[in-house]
Amino acid sequence: MNDNRYTTLNLGPTHPATHGIFQNVLTLDGERIIDTEQTIGYIHRAFEKIAERRPYYQITTLTDRMNYCSSPINNIGWQMAVEKLLGVKTTKRVDYMRIIIMELARITDHLICNSVIGVDSGALTGFVYVFQEREKVYEIYELLCGARLTTNVGRIGGFERDFTPEVIKKIYEFLDHLPKVFRQFEKLLLRNRIFMDRTINVGPISAERAVNYGFSGPNLRAAGVDYDVRVTSPYSSYDDFDFIIPVGSQGDTYDRFCVRQEEVWQSLKLIRNALDNLPEGKYFVDVPEFYLPPKEDVYSKMEALIWHFKIVMGEIGAPVGEIYHSVEAGNGELGFYLVSDGGRAPYRLHFRRPCFIYYQALPEMIRGGVLSDAILTMSSMNVIAGELDG
Amino acid sequence: MDDTFITGKLKSRFTEGILSIDEQKDMLTIVVAKEVIHDLIRFLKENESLGFTFLTTLCGIHYPDQELQLGVVYHMHRFSDNTRIRIKTFLPLGNPVVPTVTDLFSGANWMERETYDFYGILFEGHPNLKRILNVEYLDYFPMRKEYPLEDPTREDKDNRFFGR
Repeated sequence: MNDNRYTTLNLGPTHPATHGIFQNVLTLDGERIIDTEQTIGYIHRAFEKIAERRPYYQITTLTDRMNYCSSPINNIGWQMAVEKLLGVKTTKRVDYMRIIIMELARITDHLICNSVIGVDSGALTGFVYVFQEREKVYEIYELLCGARLTTNVGRIGGFERDFTPEVIKKIYEFLDHLPKVFRQFEKLLLRNRIFMDRTINVGPISAERAVNYGFSGPNLRAAGVDYDVRVTSPYSSYDDFDFIIPVGSQGDTYDRFCVRQEEVWQSLKLIRNALDNLPEGKYFVDVPEFYLPPKEDVYSKMEALIWHFKIVMGEIGAPVGEIYHSVEAGNGELGFYLVSDGGRAPYRLHFRRPCFIYYQALPEMIRGGVLSDAILTMSSMNVIAGELDG
Repeated sequence: MDDTFITGKLKSRFTEGILSIDEQKDMLTIVVAKEVIHDLIRFLKENESLGFTFLTTLCGIHYPDQELQLGVVYHMHRFSDNTRIRIKTFLPLGNPVVPTVTDLFSGANWMERETYDFYGILFEGHPNLKRILNVEYLDYFPMRKEYPLEDPTREDKDNRFFGR
């Protein structure tokens, strides 16, 4: 569009309002958006190609660099995909521990997304409130696996170590404390007239269009489709628990905000349920080909030493097969399409990255709106650059 | 909905073009000829008794030892009773052209661009088929198997000691 009436504006790649590295070239008529062209791929790291060479356990570290706001979900989703290929059935304790960790990750993901919607609409305070709470979850990760952001938590077959009493105490503390802060945060924004005026009817998408675009997760549910992988194809014993799937009706920024708010409350309930009923048993299952033996056994037992060596050197092939496994990640259906030819590394691994699929709907959602609303729409979709580019 | 119902429906609609049906995998897997792929996906989406309205993923795959080396894999999902289906079609390396499904699924736009970017598969009728994640001046398709991950001129690392 070379018409002189229109202004071209670069939003990104590095701009504070994009919250990640991706570019939007906007064509503006005054403040109205006529069209936008998106450029992505600034932090593409070729994970799918790298994965074709790495042994299965080393791919976990690739997955947590995708959605780095909720990396444990990616890690555990990948481990469950491999377990599906191997035909391994995990114990109830492993399942419940996984639910606890994944729901903690979901809470941090939603906290960031929703507080950033606040920031972009001019309310910085709420962001500071909840960011402190995210730190507490990171402390739990630290106790559990030693890392904070790129967690590499869990192993194929379970966890590398059990929940210590300190971890359990920390989680209970978090469960007791977050509701107080989160209620304050909710009071600041949820029925705030200014916030509602800024978000209601901003960047809406209909249920039909959202399904057509391949939306999933909170963004799809905000449009009114009650699709949640945790319920439709329960993995990791999610069917043992009773929780509500919040659904919106307009598919606008306010609905996306509300759906995420309610999901945090539901996750809190889920974590408490799982932690109260944490079954006894082993925190890993017997898959010697993939689960590293305890270090003291490696030094004293022949068999453990052999397995340790074979795993570390990546000499163990997975069975021939082809599977698709998906989990409900912070942003929607995170899928793993895994083809194995019996080798040490996957023959083909494709990540279904929810961000990548729904972000392409942005031009349609912001067209005709004003620039400041486009920023809000973008932040309410929760586009994570790492997941977008893969 | 069970697999036999779907395969029965597809077989009665498409007398030729369905190359193989596998019900043993984690989901119903159908390999079809590229001539019918678009009609078949439209049929799966729009037929009232089938209704696979959600395109979960679309990706490429490369088997250098096959006659038709390049493949496109579609995963579709029916929400109402949580049925999934996997459809594959294979194309020759010399002329990897397949009809686009962007007219049926808006979400296929970037998925097809990604597949083109990494495998060089050309989607006929795509509104904007250009590279998406790689740089525009890249002159090869990096996910094809002939491109090794590591620099092939390296001499300090012996592949025999590192599996593949």
